[in-house]
Amino acid sequence: MAATLPPPRLLPSGDSAITVEFSRNIDDAANGRVLALDRAMAATPVEGVTETVPTYRSLLVHYDPVRISFEALGEQILALAQLPVPATTKTRRWRIPVVYGGEHGVDLEDVAKTLKTTPDDIVARHVSGDYRVAMIGFTPGWSYLSGLAASMQMPRRQNPRLLTPAGTVSIGGVQTGVQCLAGPSGWHLLGQTAVRTYQLHRDPTFLLEPGDAITFVPVDTKTFAEQDRAAAAGEIVAELMPS
Amino acid sequence: MSKLVITSIGPASSVQDGGRPGSQRYGLVPSGAMDRLALAAANTLVGNELFAAAVEIGPFGAVFTARGGVVRIALSGASRNGDIAGRPVAVDTSATLADGETLTLGFARSGSFSYLAIEGGIAGEPDFGSLSVNARAGLGSPYPRPLQSGDELQTATASGAPERRIELPATGEAPIRVVWGPQDDEFADDAKNLFIDSEWKISATSDRMGYRLEGPVIKHLHGHNIVSDGTVNGSLQVPGNGQPIVLMPDRGTSGGYPKIATVISADFARFAQTPAGRAFRFKAVSMAEAQAAARQFADLLRSLPDRLRPIESFDLNIDALQDANVAGYAVSAVDAATWQVASPADVSGPD
Repeated sequence: MAATLPPPRLLPSGDSAITVEFSRNIDDAANGRVLALDRAMAATPVEGVTETVPTYRSLLVHYDPVRISFEALGEQILALAQLPVPATTKTRRWRIPVVYGGEHGVDLEDVAKTLKTTPDDIVARHVSGDYRVAMIGFTPGWSYLSGLAASMQMPRRQNPRLLTPAGTVSIGGVQTGVQCLAGPSGWHLLGQTAVRTYQLHRDPTFLLEPGDAITFVPVDTKTFAEQDRAAAAGEIVAELMPS
Repeated sequence: MSKLVITSIGPASSVQDGGRPGSQRYGLVPSGAMDRLALAAANTLVGNELFAAAVEIGPFGAVFTARGGVVRIALSGASRNGDIAGRPVAVDTSATLADGETLTLGFARSGSFSYLAIEGGIAGEPDFGSLSVNARAGLGSPYPRPLQSGDELQTATASGAPERRIELPATGEAPIRVVWGPQDDEFADDAKNLFIDSEWKISATSDRMGYRLEGPVIKHLHGHNIVSDGTVNGSLQVPGNGQPIVLMPDRGTSGGYPKIATVISADFARFAQTPAGRAFRFKAVSMAEAQAAARQFADLLRSLPDRLRPIESFDLNIDALQDANVAGYAVSAVDAATWQVASPADVSGPD
């Protein structure tokens, strides 16, 4: 490892937040440094910092400008960003069941056509991936995963859908994702999971953390329906693998 | 217990408090009042904590009736005609409804949002420490959605404390201050100059997620797609059509359009109150000036209890007379009537 890591850029997001940018691109090494800085800031709380939000390539640090200035906070962030990225230790690994195609994944056939293969092959490629939660954003529990095979990458839809179902598993660009709530999306919908990545009054309310490892397991519609009932009752139908 | 029954209420009205920060890393936006100063002023008038839950009333009117006991309220934020059983109610004052009396509020005449605080607060079950409505996430109490006719807000019976008014500094119409960034390097200097040198208007297709701006087209240097990163209240995103969207308290927590600038925190409430269709300008300031303004804003919030004044009949009459003078404000009512809810997909989507 190099003696000093390249420093991140400190970009002002108004007077109460700093975007700590490690890369302009989707980049696993940058995401590793984002998550390492996020952990370092949790382990060494900085006076005035109110919240940190990891994304693919940057850490958004919210702070109270009455308690700390942009310059003083920036110095502390740069120092913490120089700490070596720890070898990933306790990665949590989840198996997430997905029913692919049909009404649960209305774009599966079109994706297969575009990529000149069969729907079964698309499913096989998608479940063979080893994914990481790069960030959670947009709406509660919307988990953006890195690690999509290059052979699966395609541009987003020209016309985003106004409403896509809760639990949709989709691909967009170089990413795949699991959304929790119904909402708009321009991604290609491959399937649906009964797993609620966000569920009020459940412990934990938010299932996934940035950095978690994810694999997908295909299930049939009957299993999905059973899991969906169990999940609605508060059960966590994702499987946490022994580490 | 007393309650306020909502006889009628316009769209864009919901229960809001200081919001629920702390879970943006899971995609949960804080929500909370569009105008925190007005929320705090209304709460101060009735002796509540600064950021207790109140009714955020959109540009249209609203009618409330007290049931089961006496209810004491205060109004702050956008001014509008108001009366309780024919007695005028002015903005930035408290007032009391006897059991069965009705509070009638008209269109917003200046600004967009008024805050109706209720002595003793609004009874509800907080999620993540907040009653604020976030309809997309199914959060908010007593109703996880905007308010509707027939809704009931349970509250404490009025204490009988004397009515008061609160003296707030005049807001004026100075430019809305911004600091550049985080992605101003995605724009050429002449695009940044155009942004600062132009008049802007807020589109009627705006909502608590985002205010769309109408003005000249702001061109990107390298296209409009960036890798998603985090957002804040006041982020000025520039999508492909070059018409900026200012992100508001129900924004997505991440977004994939370049952000040319960010509204400073001290001016955010004033920006949120800018009515649709009114021309305004932005002004770029240094980080030092923005942070000094943030400290002054914090001082102003702290000073609110010292700004309370007893109501003398003289004050009330002046306010009531000013409030009754609606002739010059017809245009604002038209603006309010065009206010509509934008499709969420128009504002943003997963990137």
